[in-house]
Amino acid sequence: MADIVVKTEDVVKEYRMGSNILRALDGINIEIERGEYISLMGPSGSGKSTLFNMIGALDRPTEGQVYIDGQNMSQLSQRQIAAFRCHRVGYIFQSYNLLHVRSAHGNVTLPMIFAGIPDRQRNEKAEQLLDLVGLGDRMYHLPDELSGGQRQRVAIARALANDPSIILADEPTANLDTITGREIIDLIKRLNTDQGVTVISATHDLKMLDVSDRIVDIRDGLVERIRNRDEIDIEVGEVGSEGH
Amino acid sequence: MQQRTPIEEQIDLPFVESLRISFQSLKIRFGRSIITTAGITLGIAFLVSVWTNNEIGLALQESGRQSTINTFEETTEKGISTKDIWLIVMSLIVCVVGIANSMLMAVTERFREIGTMKCLGALDGFVVRLFLLESGFQGFSGALIGALIGTLGAVLLGLKDYGLDLFFYFPLFPVQPEDGTMRLGVIVVILLGCVLGMILAVIGSAFPAWRAAKLPPAEAMRTEV
Repeated sequence: MADIVVKTEDVVKEYRMGSNILRALDGINIEIERGEYISLMGPSGSGKSTLFNMIGALDRPTEGQVYIDGQNMSQLSQRQIAAFRCHRVGYIFQSYNLLHVRSAHGNVTLPMIFAGIPDRQRNEKAEQLLDLVGLGDRMYHLPDELSGGQRQRVAIARALANDPSIILADEPTANLDTITGREIIDLIKRLNTDQGVTVISATHDLKMLDVSDRIVDIRDGLVERIRNRDEIDIEVGEVGSEGH
Repeated sequence: MQQRTPIEEQIDLPFVESLRISFQSLKIRFGRSIITTAGITLGIAFLVSVWTNNEIGLALQESGRQSTINTFEETTEKGISTKDIWLIVMSLIVCVVGIANSMLMAVTERFREIGTMKCLGALDGFVVRLFLLESGFQGFSGALIGALIGTLGAVLLGLKDYGLDLFFYFPLFPVQPEDGTMRLGVIVVILLGCVLGMILAVIGSAFPAWRAAKLPPAEAMRTEV
């Protein structure tokens, strides 16, 4: 039996815009296995970021259920949700969302502070993680003193701080140039293969295609289709040959 | 679907940790903190100067001194004149609105930061506590500076009006004259100014911080200022 880590059941999300109701998600059903690299793809406004927020417990669905590790997220207390965000998930955002008053090192230690990890232990871990993402020499720089790619690396190190089982990445390469974006994708992929972290990424970056195990195409708040790795390989070949 | 280890409850952080984070935030955001604090300082300086000025006026009236400069009839009246009450109330309103506005702005521009902290596992209460500590410190230090500036201003004005006699009759401590009214004295006015500044700053930031902390992180991070 497959080890399902994320499961959504008829997830609906509506936003109220004045007198209009915008249905961003219109009944999403997906299952994600442990250790998978999943890309949620779709044009802007398709609902992929909204789905990302639902899976990461960053927002509540209007209807439907989200199960993570077999737990129904709507039944968790505030404290459990905070612990879930702290320990189980690492978030990576398009705009990095680093705290600009804290250095790279300070950003990476923050989730460990929330987890109650002692001073020395968390400092060592932060140094290790920043080394891992290649920022060992810029540890004590403030985010404003780092380039976009470096900031995203800090965000990745921060996402890994409490050894999460899921990495959620919302358009992690959208603000980066092609080469830096590629490096970030490779880094996330390496975490996926080396550490067995489940990666769920909302993206419309085609470079994300060839590292994904499955691609979930979202359109108008619905799952349009789910493509597997073998189907992807063919398409990537075509995309690649167009590029040359 | 298999059941994995159940999700534990998030722990509370020690107070020292909150203190450390809030001071670090004030230090790095020094320029911005100064502007917010200046708002508090100005409000309290205005209030305290009007109030102290009034205390000085009353104390010198009671001592039987007349202003060396020929002022209007209110100096010959006993007690606080309507104009003085009006001035104090006005300065109090200006002070409340000014401080609340400074704090609201300072917190609102940090909604994204609040959302991010919640993504990393911060409890709502922790976020609110951070803002209470920051604003409490800003409120107290801003108000103390403001109260001292205000007192200095009132003393200078008093010197102009009453000359050096001011220092003989300076109403430093509270007194209760025979007519049953209460004179607070300058020290109490300064203390009240400090407490008021701190309370206003804390209330002004607690409300928006609490509101932001209650929002789901996705919504807090979406908020554009």
